[in-house]
Amino acid sequence: MHLLLSLIFIPLLMSILVGVFGDFISKRLSHVLTILGVLISFICSIMLLNDFLITQQTQDILLFNWSIIGEIEFQIGFLVDSLSLAMASMITFVSLMVHIYTIGYMEHDEGYKRFFSYISLFTFSMLMLIFSNNLLQLFFGWEAVGLVSYLLIGFWFKKPSAINANMKAFIVNRVGDLGFIIGIAIIVYYTGSLHLGEIFSQLTSIEGQLISILPSSSWHAVTVASICLFIGAMGKSAQMPLHVWLPDSMEGPTPISALIHAATMVTAGIFLIARMSPLIELSSIALSFILIIGSLTAFFMGLLGLVQNDIKRVIAYSTLSQLGYMTAALGVSAYSVGVYHLITHGFFKALLFLGAGSVIIALHHEQDIRQMGGLRKKLPITYITFLIGTLSLIGFPGFSGFFSKDTLLEAVHLSEQGGSHLSYYLLLMGVLITTLYSMRLLFLVFYGSYRSTHYPLAKVHETPWVVTLPLLLLAIPSIFLGGLIIDPMIMGGYFSGAIFVSPENQSLQEFIDIYHGVIEFIIHAFVASPAIYLMLLGILISWLIWYKNYSLPKQFASLIKMLETVFKNKYYFDYLYENIFSLNIIRLGKMLHKWVDAHLIDSVFVLGSARTVQQISSKTRQLHTGDLTQVALIFFVLLVIFTAFWIS
Amino acid sequence: MSVNDYFIISIFLFAIAVAGIFINRKNLILILMCVELILLSVNFNFIAFSEIYQDFSGQIFVFFILTVAAAEAAIGLAILITLFRHKKSIYIDDLNELKG
Amino acid sequence: MFSSYLLSSLVWMPIGFGFLHIIFNSYKLSESLAKIFSLAFNIPLIYLGILLYQQFDSNNPAFQLTERFAWMPFLNADYYLGVDGISMPLILLTLLLTPAALLAGFNSSKGKYSNYAGMLFLLEGMMIGVFLSLDALLFYFFWEALLIPMFLIIGIWGGPQRIYATLKFFLYTFFGSIFMLIALIYLYIKSGSYAIESFYGLPLTETSQFWIFLAFFIAFAIKIPMWPVHTWLPDAHVEAPTGGSVILAAVLLKMGGYGFLRFSLPIVPQASADLSMVVIVLSLIAITYIAFVALVQSDVKKLIAYSSIAHMGFVTLGIFSIFHIDSFDLSLLAIQGGMFQMISHGLISGAMFFAIGVLYDRLHSRNIADFGGVINAMPKFAALFVFFGFANIGLPGTSGFVGEFFVILATFAVHPLVSILAGTTLVFGASYTLWMIKRSIWGEPSSIRIENLKPMDLRESLVLIFLAIGVLALGIWPAMLTDLTSASLTELIQRLGL
Repeated sequence: MHLLLSLIFIPLLMSILVGVFGDFISKRLSHVLTILGVLISFICSIMLLNDFLITQQTQDILLFNWSIIGEIEFQIGFLVDSLSLAMASMITFVSLMVHIYTIGYMEHDEGYKRFFSYISLFTFSMLMLIFSNNLLQLFFGWEAVGLVSYLLIGFWFKKPSAINANMKAFIVNRVGDLGFIIGIAIIVYYTGSLHLGEIFSQLTSIEGQLISILPSSSWHAVTVASICLFIGAMGKSAQMPLHVWLPDSMEGPTPISALIHAATMVTAGIFLIARMSPLIELSSIALSFILIIGSLTAFFMGLLGLVQNDIKRVIAYSTLSQLGYMTAALGVSAYSVGVYHLITHGFFKALLFLGAGSVIIALHHEQDIRQMGGLRKKLPITYITFLIGTLSLIGFPGFSGFFSKDTLLEAVHLSEQGGSHLSYYLLLMGVLITTLYSMRLLFLVFYGSYRSTHYPLAKVHETPWVVTLPLLLLAIPSIFLGGLIIDPMIMGGYFSGAIFVSPENQSLQEFIDIYHGVIEFIIHAFVASPAIYLMLLGILISWLIWYKNYSLPKQFASLIKMLETVFKNKYYFDYLYENIFSLNIIRLGKMLHKWVDAHLIDSVFVLGSARTVQQISSKTRQLHTGDLTQVALIFFVLLVIFTAFWIS
Repeated sequence: MSVNDYFIISIFLFAIAVAGIFINRKNLILILMCVELILLSVNFNFIAFSEIYQDFSGQIFVFFILTVAAAEAAIGLAILITLFRHKKSIYIDDLNELKG
Repeated sequence: MFSSYLLSSLVWMPIGFGFLHIIFNSYKLSESLAKIFSLAFNIPLIYLGILLYQQFDSNNPAFQLTERFAWMPFLNADYYLGVDGISMPLILLTLLLTPAALLAGFNSSKGKYSNYAGMLFLLEGMMIGVFLSLDALLFYFFWEALLIPMFLIIGIWGGPQRIYATLKFFLYTFFGSIFMLIALIYLYIKSGSYAIESFYGLPLTETSQFWIFLAFFIAFAIKIPMWPVHTWLPDAHVEAPTGGSVILAAVLLKMGGYGFLRFSLPIVPQASADLSMVVIVLSLIAITYIAFVALVQSDVKKLIAYSSIAHMGFVTLGIFSIFHIDSFDLSLLAIQGGMFQMISHGLISGAMFFAIGVLYDRLHSRNIADFGGVINAMPKFAALFVFFGFANIGLPGTSGFVGEFFVILATFAVHPLVSILAGTTLVFGASYTLWMIKRSIWGEPSSIRIENLKPMDLRESLVLIFLAIGVLALGIWPAMLTDLTSASLTELIQRLGL
């Protein structure tokens, strides 16, 4: 209990200390405090994980009653189980690395202390989210990470693009949250509880119920609830069509791109669906929906990575695509595989982002890859670690990402979920695309000749140790982690207490049965799956195009040109949202304000009634001649009449 | 002279006074005097009824009314003078502030 | 003495202070002394508030600490005060927000601070009177009388269009109250007494219930305000001085919601149930339609005023959806949500208007286009402003979340569409608030005047920090409010036979 509380609340405490008393403490103390906080957090989570591995006991802890309305209990509490501990270990580790890295990256920034305060607050929020034992607190963490993400994307608040991006991120996320909150409402309506354990024990009361949102249509409550929750996940985990905020979020400082927009926050959606697996399992429609959205995102967002020239945006699109992979895994009920890929991805994607950040600092805040090239001699540590990250991402045999991605592909391949065949091919093509954009990035940045004109190569030198140390520390899990944890996590049923898979969706079991160790896994991959050959093909093609500079045959050129316009415009999603949705909403708002509020209500009814009174009175006032004798006469006549009535 | 005659006088006085108020279109002082005349007609009534019912209070009221009428005349004239200072006229046609 | 006549002290002490201030003014008391007095006067009032909180038994749904004397025996009207779980939080809110409104007027009272404070104290006493009165005639007296100080606050210390705004405010609200008076008189004739309790459970025919509900509805809907009788609010807010806006948004609007809970529902339950769908639809219009209108406002005070209307939509939605919810728990959740939203909106909108006042004092503009990059010169202010912005959006952890969350959860039982439409506030609320924050707070300083803005002084920071603590405390532990109200609201729902 104490371990857990310190794990969660020490980062918050440090964040408040540094945030509120920032004026009174030195820069040095601010990073010492926050790093210490996250370090304690990390140690606690490792200790708790260790305890858990020994005792195998899931703990459900009540912290306090938030509010009790009738029989509905809103509580704050923690669920310590395999899923939350696995996530927590990854989050605190990556967060620790990012904290250290920030010392170097933000060294000369005015907002140094503010930044540390924010990222500690983020760590706290994320931990609240994953350790939550109920939907209320989960939603709290969900929104709190959104808030910190908003603050951090707009960290450089003088940049117009940054403050556009953070607003966009928050609002798009809110569209998802609308789904999430409706999902919660459905669950509370049928089960009368927000506590996860109670919800899962009451699932029979929601199963088979029908909801009709529009007249003459009715849906299974389970399906609607699952899809609503997934819409929330789509916002946070940037699935199509709510993905538009993630590339723009790259306006924020690189450390947070690594922490928030690659390793942790964006995976909250995956976590949510895995957490709610007992509910989601009840609806195969929802599962198919998740699967299709996931694989479409994986494929189409990967393609966009091919035409980006900003080093961070390439990695951002790669994150989108990898999130699509994880979502697809959820769609075939392979939740454990989704979370497994989430964890390996957390490490290597953070590594890639931090590596990109290292390049950016070395080149003095240059992000355009057309201005880079041949940096491998100048930045050896960055190069090696970036290479490791890339190999892990493309799934090179033996690297961490290879294991998770290959298991994931197998899971989709073996599944009989509706849409799984289409998904499988999309995801396979995705492997090729992943390799293409990753290798393109690697070749353009670290190979060839240096292309920048305004920053001389001579001034480029390796970044300080606070930057390279996290790279090295992240490189280790990016190589080994996947192979190490596949055995317990996927094959050994580590998640059995946290994740529920219904018997008819146990397609992964077939794969588990033939698993005999890591080496056999690699050999099996060469024999049974085309993925590895697609990956090698991808390396060959990109080597030819971006290293050897072979130009493509003329016939392709025009087709590619056309595709490129579509890609460069990001399939016109932004155009649709900004120029069609937003503009028309504003136009509608103006119209309503002008015609309904100002004209109809105010002019016609409010001032209109005043005007009517005025018109009537301007007629009746003519009766008032102001002549005293006339007044007296009327007075007298009326007096006589009334007296006469009174007497009679 | 019977008691009825006093009533007739009273009615005549009242009619003259009311007519004076309505028909006169010139002078405010005339209105004031007509108001006094109305009070006088009321006094006649009081006295007549006091005689009929053999009740003394009617005649006491007459004294009340006489004093009130005196006070009223004084206040009325005072208002008239202020009005004249203000408007430089006491013609009724000029006093149409109440015109809508 | 205070403990035995606690409620009377709460009503009349501020009114006494108000008259004292007006006397101070005629004796030409110096501005600074008047300021000290006005703050010192709040100490006993806050102390009374604490006493009230201690003596209040939140498990007892009935009226407590009642005081009853004959007032107008020939009308059977009593001087009858009492407090229950519904009025309790509103009184605390009034006591907390009045000092904020006083402090807001320190530099903007046009050299007539003493009068300004006098008006606010009068207003405070009368507002507490409205919440405490258990006699309909007394209630009506306070309800109407408090229009006078508010009318004067807007009319004297307001902006350039103040006369138009103050007349519109007065006539709108007065128009509504007249119908209420008629209904009250009718109820008096039926029951033979002006005590509100005697109105409860009167056997009224369906037609008379309908007309009484309508009369109440006009009065309360204008006060809250609901679409389409909301247009007085933006004008009144825009022209009102900061302190006036704070009180108007924080407390005055709540009188409408209070009226629904105290009068409409218990007195005419049948008509309330019959017409509840109309109210729900109007509330949903308020939530969605007003969000669109708020989005395009260029005047920041107007924007917040419109967002107030949208937020008060949740109050009426929560209160009236109980008639369409089968489960008792969810009904209670809905009505608790409405109640919580009232208090939370009081704190948040009060703070927002105060914060805008801070900027207005420096820039003499309310136009969003004239702001921009405020964070560069006033970082602490910007932090608090963004905080309140997010509270306005309804971020979990702030009080703004609780009411909306409760109502959205509960209204799903009415119809999924109701819940979804209410939920759109998540998106639209975020849109107009964040867009406003983006244009006013973030970015490069838009002009030389922005660059040279003075940072907040102690007075301004204290008010905003205290309100921020309140918003956070209610967001982190809403039980302290919901426990206070739950007994009375439970009884209300049971009385309605739901």
